[in-house]
Amino acid sequence: MAEISVPSSLDGVEPVQSVRTPIRMEYIFTPGVAAQTYLREFGNKKILGNVSPVDGAVLVPPRGADPRHGALCDEFVEMPHTGHVGSFCVTNVPIPGRDLELPYISAWIFLDGADIGFLNLVAECPPEECRIGMRVEAVWKPDDEIGMTAENILYWKPTGEPDIPFEAAGVRGWHVRRKGEADA
Amino acid sequence: MCGEKVKQMRKVAVVAAASRQEEKMLDTEVEMMIPLITEVRTRTGLDQTDIGFTCSGSSDFLAGQAFSFVMTLDAVGPVPPIAESHVEMDGAWALYETWVKFQMGVIDTALVYSYGKPSPGSLQDVLSTQLDPYYVAPLWPDAHSVAALQARLLLEQGIITPDELADCALRTGTVESREDYFLQPLLADPLREADCPTYADGGVALILASEEKADELCERPAWITGIDHRIDAHHFGVRDLTAAPSARLAAKNAGAHDGPIDSTELHAAYTTHDLLLRKEMGLDIPKIPQRSYPIQADTLMASGLLRIAEAARSIWDGSANRTLAHATAGPLLQQNLVCVLDGGGD
Amino acid sequence: MGAGGETAAVIGIGMTNFSATRGDVSMPGLVREAALRALEDAGMDWDDIDAVVMGKAPDFFEGVMMPEIFLSEALGCVGKPILRVHTAGSVGGSTALVAASLVHSGVHKKVLTVGWEKQSESNAMWALSLKQPFQVSINAGAGGYFSPIIRQYMEESNAPELIGCMVAFKDRQHALLNPYAHLHQKDLTFDQVVESPMLWEPIRYSETCPSSDGAAAMVIVHESIADQAPNPAWIHAGAMRSEANNFPGRDEVNPQASRECAADLWEQAGITNPREEIDAAELYVPFSWYEPMWLESLGFCERGDGWKMVESGATHIEGGDLPVNCSGGVLSSNPIGASGMIRFAEAALQVRGMAGEHQVTGARKALGHAYGGGAQYFAMWVVGADKPNN
Repeated sequence: MAEISVPSSLDGVEPVQSVRTPIRMEYIFTPGVAAQTYLREFGNKKILGNVSPVDGAVLVPPRGADPRHGALCDEFVEMPHTGHVGSFCVTNVPIPGRDLELPYISAWIFLDGADIGFLNLVAECPPEECRIGMRVEAVWKPDDEIGMTAENILYWKPTGEPDIPFEAAGVRGWHVRRKGEADA
Repeated sequence: MCGEKVKQMRKVAVVAAASRQEEKMLDTEVEMMIPLITEVRTRTGLDQTDIGFTCSGSSDFLAGQAFSFVMTLDAVGPVPPIAESHVEMDGAWALYETWVKFQMGVIDTALVYSYGKPSPGSLQDVLSTQLDPYYVAPLWPDAHSVAALQARLLLEQGIITPDELADCALRTGTVESREDYFLQPLLADPLREADCPTYADGGVALILASEEKADELCERPAWITGIDHRIDAHHFGVRDLTAAPSARLAAKNAGAHDGPIDSTELHAAYTTHDLLLRKEMGLDIPKIPQRSYPIQADTLMASGLLRIAEAARSIWDGSANRTLAHATAGPLLQQNLVCVLDGGGD
Repeated sequence: MGAGGETAAVIGIGMTNFSATRGDVSMPGLVREAALRALEDAGMDWDDIDAVVMGKAPDFFEGVMMPEIFLSEALGCVGKPILRVHTAGSVGGSTALVAASLVHSGVHKKVLTVGWEKQSESNAMWALSLKQPFQVSINAGAGGYFSPIIRQYMEESNAPELIGCMVAFKDRQHALLNPYAHLHQKDLTFDQVVESPMLWEPIRYSETCPSSDGAAAMVIVHESIADQAPNPAWIHAGAMRSEANNFPGRDEVNPQASRECAADLWEQAGITNPREEIDAAELYVPFSWYEPMWLESLGFCERGDGWKMVESGATHIEGGDLPVNCSGGVLSSNPIGASGMIRFAEAALQVRGMAGEHQVTGARKALGHAYGGGAQYFAMWVVGADKPNN
C-alpha cells in the first residue's frame, strides 16, 4: 500500500484509530392504513387479518398487501386467539431494549385459519418441550394495560391439545389446505 | 477517455409511468407503491411474470430502517420469483442499471420504481449524514446552509445575479412576482425561502420496453436516445463549488446537443441549481415549461426518476418531440444523470 | 447460452485483511486497499477504469448515508460513472453482476467493482435492530431469524445433529489456508465446536459468522482486453432472483427464488450436472447449516441429501470432490457488504489458479453464490478458466 508520510514533529505520536461522532436522529412513523385498522382493534383484544382479494388467503398481521400479487388488501377478518407453532428458536441472546429471562422461545405463530405466521414469544413451556406443530393460545396483558400497540399479547402458551403434524404445520399447511380443496 | 462505446446501443423506450406526491403521506411505502405499479402494468397489459427485470431505488437513512427496500418489494408481488436489483440511489440510476440490462439483449420489458418518504425524519439532519463523515458531517451543516455556501460563491463571482434568482423563483412557481421574491426574508443567507425546496413524500413507477416491444405497449414510445451519469469530487475544499462538470459531461455524453431540446425536466431543488445546471449543460429556458418542479416538491430518491417520467409524458401527449431529463444526487449537484428522450417524430 | 451480450472476464482481484476492527484505516483507506490490489493484479491504474460499481449493506453500519458520494475521490471516480448497489446480504454478488453487466452490455470495457463493510464504525446491533414501531420486538439478530428455518430443515431431512458443527469445523480449517481470513483458530478442535454455547438453538456460537471489517474488489473487462491477460476468469453465467419475505406456502428451507436462480445459472453456463462440472464452490454460509441446505437447493444433490455430502467429506478441500468455501467462507470472515463479492472473487481466484494455499488443484469452473434478506435475495455466477462457448 502507498506509504503515508507525516511531518517529523509527529514522530512517535500514537496514531488516531478512531474518532467518536455520535449521531442521533428521530423519526416519527405512521403505521399506514392496514396497520392502523389492526392496532385499533388489537386495543379491543381483537386480532384482525387481511383477506387476499385474489384467492382469499388470510394474512396476519395485516400489512395491506398480498405480497404474492402486489395487490392491495382492504378486507379484514377477525381471527381466533389460538394457533400452532410453525417453527421456533430457543434463544440465549438478549434482545436489545427488552428484559427477558434467558433462554426464551421465539416462535412463528400460525393462527387457526391464517395462511402466514408471525414471530412471537412462547412461554409456560420448558424449551425442551416446545415442538413444531404444538397448539398454543394467546395470553393477554391485564385489561388495564391493553392499548393500541403491537405488544398486547404477553406470550403464547401450550393448550395441551394434540399437535398438528409436521407436514401440515407452518408454511406447509397452505399446500395441505390447497390440496384438500382441490380433492373436495 | 472514459465511456468508449463498444457497439451500437439497442433502442429502449419509456412506455408507461405513474407517480404520486403528497406533503405527508399516511400510507406505508407498500401501500403507496401498489397502486402505481398496478397502474403501469395495467396500462401496458403486462403481468409481473411478463416483465424481464425489475429495479428500484430508495434509501435506508430516509426510511429510518435497515433493509427498508425488502418490505417494499411486496408491492411488486415477486411470487413466482423475479429477476430484480436495487440501488441505494435515486430511481434514475435504477433506470440506468435497467437500460444496461437491455443492452445485454436479455430482456424486452422492465419495471423501474423508486420512492421516498422524507416526512417521518428530519431531512436536514438526514442529509448531513451524507457529507464527509470525518471533517464535515460532525458539524451537522443543514442542506440549506450548504446550498447557501455555493450560492454565495456563485453570486460573488458574478456567475449568477439576484435578478436571475428572482426570475428563476418566478418561473419555478415559488413566488407570484419578482417583487414578492425580494420581499421574502433570507432563510440561509443569501438564499430566501423561494430559493429552497419544499419536500414531499412520493413514489414513481415506470415501464421500459425494447424496440421489439415498445410499439405494442404504447402509442408513441419515448425513446431513450442517450443516457449518461457522472460524479464530481465530494470534498468541499477540493471541488469548485461554482461548477458541476459532471452535469456538463453527462449532458454531452447523452447527446443533449445533437438536436433541439423542446423541454427540460431538471432535478433542481434550489434556484441556484436550476441556473447552474442550465449554464453547465448549455440549455436555454425552453418555451414549454417544466411539468413539475422539485423545488416545489422534492421527493428524495424519486425526484430524478420522476423527471424522466415527466419528460416521457411530454412526448406521449405530443407537446414535445425531444426532451431532456436530469437527476442529481449528493450535495451541491455532485452527481448527475442526463437522459434524452425522443418521440421519433419530425 | 452465456451470460448475454459481450464476453467478459475478471483480470484483477484484491482483498483486504479481514478483522473485527480495521482501526488502522479509514473508510476510504479500506476501499482503496482492496481496489489498489485489484488494479495491481490487473496491471492497471485508476485512469484505465471507465466506471465503478460499489456495493455494501445498510448504511447504518457506518452511519454515512450513501457513502459512495463521499468516497468519489477515494475510488478514483471523479468525472466517471459510479453505481451503488444494495440488495441486502447478497449485495456483494449483485454488485459484481451489475459491474459485469456494464461490460456484457458493451457500455464500458473496464470496470472496477468494490464491496465493503466497516462494521466496527457503528454498533452493528444498533444498525440492525433499530426499534421498529407497530411490531413486537422479538428478534435478537439474524440467528433468531434463521434458526426456525434450520430447525425445519433438520426435521424434514432427518439430518444428524452435528452436521452443522462439521461444516463450522471444516470452514475454520479452510480459513487457516487463507491469510486474509478474519478467524484463524489454529488450535480449534471439533469437540470445542460442539461444546460452544447454544445461542439460537440449534445454532451454536461456533456455527455463526463473525462481524468483520473488510473490502473486496475486482476489475472486470471486455474480452478484447481479457485476451491479453495471463489468466482471466471468464464469466460463463450470472443470475439474480428475489422473492417476497413471508407469503402463504413459501418454501423457507429451499426457496423457489434460489432454485430458479440456480436453474437459470446452470442453463446459461451450459452445465447439466453441477456436481460433476463444478470444481470449487464459494457458498454464502453465515450459519453452518446453510451449507447442506444450499447444496440441495443448487442441485448438487437431491433434496434431503445435502447433509450426507457434508458427512462424507465431499465439501472438504482435502479429498472432497466438491470443495466448498476453501477460503474459510462467511463463517470465517463476514464484512457483510463484501461477503458476497468475496465469494465471487474467490471463485475467480480458483479458476485463475491464484488461490494460494487454498487452491483446488486443477479447478476449471467455479461457483460464486450469495444470498440475503430472509433468504429471499440471490446472486450467483459461474466463472471458468476457458472462454465460454457462446
